[in-house]
Amino acid sequence: MKISRYLLLAGLVFLYFPLLVLVIYSFNESRLVTIWTEFSVKWYLELLEDRQLMDAFFLSLQIACSTAFMSVLLGTIAAYVLVKFGRFPGQTLFSSMIIAPLVMPEVITGLSLLLLFVGLGNWLGWPASRGAMTIWIAHVTFSVAFVTIVITSRLREMDSSLEEAAMDLGATPLKVFLVITLPLISPALISGWLLAFTLSLDDLVIASFVSGPGSSTLPMVIYSSVRLGVSPKINALATIFVGLILVGSFVFWWSMQRWTRYSAAKTSGQQ
Amino acid sequence: MNDAKVHCAVEVVNVSKYFDDVAAVDQVNLKINKGEIFALLGGSGCGKTTLLRMLAGFEKPSQGDIKINGVSVLNSPPYQRPVNMMFQSYALFPHMTVEQNIAFGLKQDKLPAAQIVARVTEVLGLVQMEKFRSRKPAQLSGGQQQRVALARSLAKKPALLLLDEPMGALDKKLRMQMQLELANIIESVGVTCVMVTHDQEEAMTMADRIAIMDQGRIMQVGQPREIYEFPNSKLTAEFIGSINLFKAVVSGGELTCDELPGQVVAGEANAAFDGPCYVALRPEKIRLEAGRNLDAKNCAAGKVNDIAYLGSHNVIHVRLDVGAGQGKVVQVHVSNFARHATQTFDFEQSVVLSWDQDAVVLIKADQP
Repeated sequence: MKISRYLLLAGLVFLYFPLLVLVIYSFNESRLVTIWTEFSVKWYLELLEDRQLMDAFFLSLQIACSTAFMSVLLGTIAAYVLVKFGRFPGQTLFSSMIIAPLVMPEVITGLSLLLLFVGLGNWLGWPASRGAMTIWIAHVTFSVAFVTIVITSRLREMDSSLEEAAMDLGATPLKVFLVITLPLISPALISGWLLAFTLSLDDLVIASFVSGPGSSTLPMVIYSSVRLGVSPKINALATIFVGLILVGSFVFWWSMQRWTRYSAAKTSGQQ
Repeated sequence: MNDAKVHCAVEVVNVSKYFDDVAAVDQVNLKINKGEIFALLGGSGCGKTTLLRMLAGFEKPSQGDIKINGVSVLNSPPYQRPVNMMFQSYALFPHMTVEQNIAFGLKQDKLPAAQIVARVTEVLGLVQMEKFRSRKPAQLSGGQQQRVALARSLAKKPALLLLDEPMGALDKKLRMQMQLELANIIESVGVTCVMVTHDQEEAMTMADRIAIMDQGRIMQVGQPREIYEFPNSKLTAEFIGSINLFKAVVSGGELTCDELPGQVVAGEANAAFDGPCYVALRPEKIRLEAGRNLDAKNCAAGKVNDIAYLGSHNVIHVRLDVGAGQGKVVQVHVSNFARHATQTFDFEQSVVLSWDQDAVVLIKADQP
């Protein structure tokens, strides 16, 4: 009991101590990341003035948002086809091709997409150059895999008699999908959206392959600047991210908690 | 001809449904009258649910035709049929209130808002759930959910109401109460109703007529009393209630039953065929007396083998003494008239079984 406690503690320290150090040193006055001098917020102010970093930040945000929306759209359609259309010829091929990006090494995905874009550019003249658009397409291709899995499992556990009941009461199939199916799978849509958003924001490898001049995402900028020496600005940026993620996940957890407690209370109220 | 059409709400004409060459429903013909509650009764996998889903439009018959009020509905999808269904799981929309659930079907018809509210209030009153109109389904008990489900399926005034295992999700005590209540509501509305159930008691309590199904085919159709008292096959006899069967043969109007010692005389309604058959006796129609004296006909001697006290009646198993049926066990129900039993039986006591000739049912044997 005691020992396992300590082990747990050691594990947590191992995981989170570096993060803590990073946050602390973001408030360091000194230019050197390893020597603490005094408290200051100057790196945060400098960060705001760094055009390159801020551009990359907004580009990443833009790509992540649009990737999330597109992945949820395509993922919902794919999941719906897989769950509701019964067996159709090529179903196994279809489902494994959707899931494939999950197990494909990022380098392979990135390289093959690069080759595809170059080939298409030569053949059709589109995409003329690589940039935000190609990164977005690449991110959607692998995010869709994750989103499809999340939505498929939700659709599978949904009682299909709900949709039949709606149809029985006079709703056309499209209406049933919009008024019954979509609201009922909305928790999966939200978590799929968040998942795709995070994956896209996080990605360095694939983006490096398919990006072009003038379209560097945030992870790419950070990675290249770190190679020239770590600036405390990166610490400041990382701290902002950690803060955002903490707040975001707390809000998500809290609303989920409230929602499950609410429905649990209702279920126990039945007896 | 015309008259028959008016009385017939649903006509199932020679309908079959194959799943991968296996017939789930096999050449079924049914006529269901206006305003009656009709039960499809059978074990699991007998095709009753498939037949119901074909009426609702969720499955398409492989062959045959389905007419509702004389019009074929084969080519109309579920959302265009004048049919509403109460699902086994109730299928109430969890993200809508009771009121929104009931209004859902009316909204699809694009009725004016005031009319929808009025109709919702009306059906909520019918099932006595006015107080719960703004609750979510998860906040209701099983019985309340069922009332809402019924109200929702009645809201559009369907020509045909379908009930899929209506009591499947309720516990036993609530079941008895809801069976009568549901039947009363449906009768007061006057809607034609087809229900599917595997529970014979439920079918007999609620339905005006019952169809017994087995392996996709209809075995017998009739009122509960007809089916219980005059089963036309071994299968229906055994499916509804319990029954004692003895092998027998009819030849030239003469009934010989080797498994019973004495002469067996059946009521005249039964003996209109030749060949192998069964003598069928319901356990509650057999009298049980202590002693050994035998009459000439419709009786048998035996020893008490087993006694089960069930409160309302005793189930007594008697092992027959003589004849080819020696050792055969006969089930007898003896009601408990008096609180202090005047006549009790002991194990291995010699008894005489006897029955009226009206009690005897002859069932033609399907296979020799």
